[in-house]
Amino acid sequence: MKPIALAILVALVAATPALAASEQDFTTAYAAAEKVEQQALAMQAAWTTTEKTLKAAKKAADAKDYDHATPLAHQAEALAKQSIRQAEEQKTAWRQAVVH
Amino acid sequence: MIRKLLAAFAVLCAGAIVSAHAADRIDPAADLKAFQSYFKQQFPNVPFDDFVNGPYAVDKGMRAQWESIMQFPPYDFALDDGKKLFNTPFKNGKTYASCFPHKGVGIRQDYPYFDAKSGEVVTLELAINRCRAANGEAPLNYETGAMDSIVAYMAETSRGKRFDIKVPKDPRALAAYQDGKQYFYSRRGQLNFSCASCHVTAAGKRLRGDILAPALGILASFPIYRSDWGSMGTVPRRFTSCNSQVRAVALKPDDKAYRDLEYFLTYMGNGLPVAGPGTRP
Repeated sequence: MKPIALAILVALVAATPALAASEQDFTTAYAAAEKVEQQALAMQAAWTTTEKTLKAAKKAADAKDYDHATPLAHQAEALAKQSIRQAEEQKTAWRQAVVH
Repeated sequence: MIRKLLAAFAVLCAGAIVSAHAADRIDPAADLKAFQSYFKQQFPNVPFDDFVNGPYAVDKGMRAQWESIMQFPPYDFALDDGKKLFNTPFKNGKTYASCFPHKGVGIRQDYPYFDAKSGEVVTLELAINRCRAANGEAPLNYETGAMDSIVAYMAETSRGKRFDIKVPKDPRALAAYQDGKQYFYSRRGQLNFSCASCHVTAAGKRLRGDILAPALGILASFPIYRSDWGSMGTVPRRFTSCNSQVRAVALKPDDKAYRDLEYFLTYMGNGLPVAGPGTRP
């Protein structure tokens, strides 16, 4: 085996455990996403997409698929943050659309 | 040259300030005038009263289909059911008639109204459930079922009467009106749509297979039999459905935000005749 190929193989093997998400990673990510989503719901600004993504994350976590569940939880948090940003913007932006 | 640019900038700023103030000012009568003028200009060939017919007022093909459907109106079963339910006594012997002005006949045009006692907007659906609660009965589902039938019957007894929603000079009523207006024009959901995106800006245009109804008169035909639902639905059902369509989490059907929205939007249609129950694609 050529030295370069060996180096790549070693690097991949070494990196694999670090890339795998743990239950703890998921729990932290999910809690963060839920917290933001609760804020969005309280503002009546939540998106159905966020709710669906949270459900998908939970389902994957229930199946112990944390590699799938954790990114979904991060995605849900990002969606929840976007929905809040939209609501904040619309507090003033709606005025632009009023029929005069 | 710089002076001219500065002058132009000042004019633009002044315009923006005037515009912002116009949106902030709570003047329902001025809003109504501007709103109705907008739609009259957008659809100069639509007679004012015809706006209650939504997409059928602005699209000949859809109107032809609708006229064909109306030979056997799909809401007829709900009407019969509603009349029966309306006149069936509660366990205490009273009926819905005991809760409403004019015994509940010919009053659709006055709903929703601002209730000075509770300080909130009361829709017909809320009034019906309050009537039930006052007579020891369980509330009905706000969106469909028996509620639709009762509202359909009450609307039918009011057909042709002109909407006459009042916004009293009570700060709470004006705030409710303004909240409803803000809801109407605010974008929401992942698709970033407001009610106005479809029913003002794109009114009369196609969205997939549908013709978007103008916002003027859009609530006048409720409750409606909607082919898409395969059943009847109240105004709150339409609001929850619209929210879901733009990927926004729908509110509870009796939420204050929806009631304020209905208050604003029905007020915008003042002067139009009650046309419910109706049908929609």
